[in-house]
Amino acid sequence: MEKFERLTAVAAPLLHANIDTDIIIPSREMKSGKKTGLAEGLFAGWRYTQIGGREPNPKFVLNKPEYRNVRILLAGENFGCGSSREHAVWALHEYGFRSVIAPSFSPIFYNNCIRNGIVPVRLPEGVVRALAGKVEQAPQDHKLTIDLPAQEVIAHDGERHRFEIDEHHKEMLLSGLDEIDLTLTKKASIDAYLAADRARRPWIYLEP
Amino acid sequence: MQEARINTHAGAAARTLFDKIWADHVVAELGGGTSLIAIDRVILHERTGAIALRELAQAGRPIADPARAFCTMDHIVETLPGRADATRVPGGEALIKETRERAKAAGIRLFDINAPEQGIVHVISPELGIVLPGVTLVCPDSHTCTQGAFGAFAWGIGTTEAEHALATGTLRVRKPKTMRVTFEGKLGPGVSAKDLSLTLISTYGSAGGNGYVVEFAGSAVSELDVEGRLTLCNMATEFSAVTGLIAPDEKIFDYLKGRRFAPQGELWERALSYWRTLQSDPDAVFDRELTLQRDEFVPMITWGTSPQHAVPVTGRVPSFEESGATREAYERALKYMGIEPGTPMSSLKINGAFIGSCTNSRISDLRRAAAVLRGRRVAPGVRAICVPGSQSVKRQAEAEGLDRIFREAGFEWRESGCSMCFFAGGESFGFQERVVSSTNRNFESRQGPQTRTHIASPETVAASAVAGHIADVRTMLG
Repeated sequence: MEKFERLTAVAAPLLHANIDTDIIIPSREMKSGKKTGLAEGLFAGWRYTQIGGREPNPKFVLNKPEYRNVRILLAGENFGCGSSREHAVWALHEYGFRSVIAPSFSPIFYNNCIRNGIVPVRLPEGVVRALAGKVEQAPQDHKLTIDLPAQEVIAHDGERHRFEIDEHHKEMLLSGLDEIDLTLTKKASIDAYLAADRARRPWIYLEP
Repeated sequence: MQEARINTHAGAAARTLFDKIWADHVVAELGGGTSLIAIDRVILHERTGAIALRELAQAGRPIADPARAFCTMDHIVETLPGRADATRVPGGEALIKETRERAKAAGIRLFDINAPEQGIVHVISPELGIVLPGVTLVCPDSHTCTQGAFGAFAWGIGTTEAEHALATGTLRVRKPKTMRVTFEGKLGPGVSAKDLSLTLISTYGSAGGNGYVVEFAGSAVSELDVEGRLTLCNMATEFSAVTGLIAPDEKIFDYLKGRRFAPQGELWERALSYWRTLQSDPDAVFDRELTLQRDEFVPMITWGTSPQHAVPVTGRVPSFEESGATREAYERALKYMGIEPGTPMSSLKINGAFIGSCTNSRISDLRRAAAVLRGRRVAPGVRAICVPGSQSVKRQAEAEGLDRIFREAGFEWRESGCSMCFFAGGESFGFQERVVSSTNRNFESRQGPQTRTHIASPETVAASAVAGHIADVRTMLG
């Protein structure tokens, strides 16, 4: 997984509440069965003029020239609700997003971000709206900075907002280490648990 | 008999049901509040199973315990009679074939398209006794919370976490906060678990449970049958909860007895004495408590594009002030749904009716819908479809003659699968068609491009199909 430390980049506001993973990537755009080739389907229902079409809708924020090279998304409450499809995160990542800032996230979507090098930043709704207001004035100049070690979002004018993130999640994002490899270093603990649990709850363990 | 009380320590502080399940699964503390949690059951499906199994195979990582991993074909399989691997979902057939090959190569049990056990993952897992009280169970599907109805910690994960669970038998999880939602009141005729859920979500919002494990309790919950509890827990993800769960009781134990993967004989007795400890202690403290007290719960239906946009079927499209939504979301929802404030819900004419999905496709759901449809006909111009949740449900319904009631009323009768709960490029009800659906999500374009979905209980779907407009099922009972 790609490491994340600090990023200064263009941010785009998409502040509706409850943007679900069907909106982020419609099921019909998940044809390939792969983790790649999904960026084109990102926000397809809003981004293109017609369902299934590829003609950009000029009103959609990501299609506006002033938001080119966008890397940070500012979003509304409960972002990523709905289906657990990790394709939503893969599509955001492939499109170029490295962070989403929102008042709250669906728990599954949040976990999927952590495992794909996207920093999910929780900030109060008023702060997210205020940041969007600043960005909108001049998107290419009013960039946002995500400083993960310091757990801060910094606006172009130097205004800082601290955000909370689990130490464990922060480490994963900073190190980019493979989670399975990390866990397999605990193999002795896992084996000890299983030996004890087989005695306590034998009905859990099934014959092949 | 060996004492199976694992989690009751004399003098220990009062704990919630979730605390007990959690404590029995901690393999190691990883620091920063995160624990390594043992995963008892992993279930895959063909939409994302192939990706997870492919990634593991390519990385040369074996599955830790294939006997505790399962796979079904439900998400994108065809549901027309006579089906095979071909599906109208673009790219679907290739995923189905790859999932089959990889599940076999990995040595995990597969419930294939035409297997007698096939069906929607959250319908077949209880049927087969894969989910049990006190287990941890994960599946790359957000509605895995359904299975919490058995007193399990069951939750939806992404594909990467599924790979982790398969490869290591564990997941890295920070212990979530706990919430108890207590429903007190009667469920009269024509009112079922779906109505409880929509009452909760419309009262507290679709982010109301964000980050919590929610235990459902109270007299209205105890009275629900096992299948109603599955429906209630199913919608926990629409409340943005990590998951939902319900303390297991005799109804759950009776249901499980003799199921294929449930313990048998002496192991059953040991399991049972453990399962009886799985309830929140009387003085257990939850991080948050909500109570919904009603003289009587009523049939509910959604008017907008979020499950929180729900009102009684006898109600009206709310004004902005009544809606509880932001101005932007409210106006967007009205426009999408093609409705005006103040319009009685019952005046909305429908073009489609759908009964199915992991929310409401079990035998009791079909029985209640059939009771409405018996001797009645679907209104002209309404396309009505019933998709049983599993082959087992379908066989049972056919044995009871319910399929004939559905067919004679004008419903299509299908093979089991997720079907039209979501649009994946295959079937849909069509552009701006208005559908009453027993599913779980009324999101924009969820059931098809611009399709307008109103979610409700299966009995409300049946009543509306007959009326040709949104209808109060209570006027068609008795």
